[in-house]
Amino acid sequence: MPFVEGLRCRECARPYPAEALHVCEFCFGPLEVAYDYDAIKASITRKKVAAGPLSIWRYADLLPASPDGLDLGAGFTPLVRAERLGAELGLRDLWIKNDTLNPTGSFKDRVVTVALARARELGFKVAACASTGNLANSVAAHAARAGMRHVVFIPSDLESGKVAASAIYGEHLVSVRGSYDDVNRLCAELASDHPTWAFVNVNLRTYYAEGSKTLAYETAEQLGWEAPDHVVVPIASGSQLTKVAKGFAELVQVGLVEPSEVRISGAQATGCSPVETAFREGHDFVRPVRPSTIAKSLAIGNPADGPYALDAVRQSGGSIGAVTDDEIVEGIKLLARTEGIFAETAGGVTIATLAKLASGGVVRPHERVVAFVTGTGLKTIEAVTPVVGPTAEIDPTLESFAAAIDVDY
Amino acid sequence: MVKVRIPTQLRPLAGGAAEVTVEASTLAEALKALDAAHPGFRDRLFDEGGKLRRFVNVFVADEDVRFLQGLETPVADGQTVSIVPAVAGG
Repeated sequence: MPFVEGLRCRECARPYPAEALHVCEFCFGPLEVAYDYDAIKASITRKKVAAGPLSIWRYADLLPASPDGLDLGAGFTPLVRAERLGAELGLRDLWIKNDTLNPTGSFKDRVVTVALARARELGFKVAACASTGNLANSVAAHAARAGMRHVVFIPSDLESGKVAASAIYGEHLVSVRGSYDDVNRLCAELASDHPTWAFVNVNLRTYYAEGSKTLAYETAEQLGWEAPDHVVVPIASGSQLTKVAKGFAELVQVGLVEPSEVRISGAQATGCSPVETAFREGHDFVRPVRPSTIAKSLAIGNPADGPYALDAVRQSGGSIGAVTDDEIVEGIKLLARTEGIFAETAGGVTIATLAKLASGGVVRPHERVVAFVTGTGLKTIEAVTPVVGPTAEIDPTLESFAAAIDVDY
Repeated sequence: MVKVRIPTQLRPLAGGAAEVTVEASTLAEALKALDAAHPGFRDRLFDEGGKLRRFVNVFVADEDVRFLQGLETPVADGQTVSIVPAVAGG
């Protein structure tokens, strides 16, 4: 926070104060945090980061809020070498950023930590959000931790795990009869009428989005302060992918990592692939769609940062792939079987897209590749229960076991 | 009469009002009437080519007009038009 100079419109560069503002009053473009990078460069060192907390706050110099005690432990998740999955996909140097291991089981803890830390600094007492599930879980948990009230909004067709994992924190969970895009539109309007509420992904979105940069910071640090050759990132609103690109660029800018090119590829479900469609058709705008996919956490038909995600992918020489619901389930199973990581549907999208891009030669065999697996499978059990279950049901006898299970190990 | 809901960022143009009532039978007419009553809206909502700006979403009866007939979407008496900044969510 000491290095924040203010906010600035990404489109027309008009300056704004570092308050709860997210769009430019003139052109409606998104506001971005403006930092004093020279001062950050003078302050930050690899050693200083390494001595910091085992959470996103080790990168506080590059974030637009001060820790101020709001730390459930988001971030600094394991980066694991994925040799068996790599062997199956023909990739020699594949890694998984296992963000299922965040406090509420998804990468959303990164963005929420930053947004609510800033919200508290600005004096907000109520936390709110429009969510596909994971975000509501995280806002509710962090609000509880911070002693804030909360009102979180979700579409009414969510997985039961994601509903319970918000409701358990005991305040307002509002289930909206409609799609995520309906929820988002409702919250954008509610934010105008409730200016004392910190909607993390509406009026606090400028700060919130910055939290995703920590995925890039950690990845580079965990690779010994080297950026990977290629990352594969799921796309919902496109914010995460855009901020991952920004994170790698900033590491070079502040002198923590040598200049390098990181290819950035995106992953969507075919049941909601407006950004993939725009990429494939060569457009620089994104036409909204009505989602229909089991990957509900990526089911944003009208992605706010779609055009920026397209730019980031194209400028980096990456690609965007899309996969079917069946491929998503196969992706979840493949990651679990080869690496012992149980991902939610969005992780299935990422792994299945990685497989597709690898078989198409877009992700190259010799590249150092990092796939971001951003949420835990325990919250989207419904996606896999139709296809997995006990291999046998037996009586509690040796005979029954021997009759049911025939193995040579 | 059609109600037009105004986002925070544009309320100063309408004297602080969150809602403005206009006479119109299409979205284009509603927005034109809005600009006539409160000059300035046109420049903020439309680009030089006369198209809705990239970061402005407009809804008629809570439906994104890109799924309807865009600016030619009919608006019936009593319906609500919402102007909403596109950058939100995710």
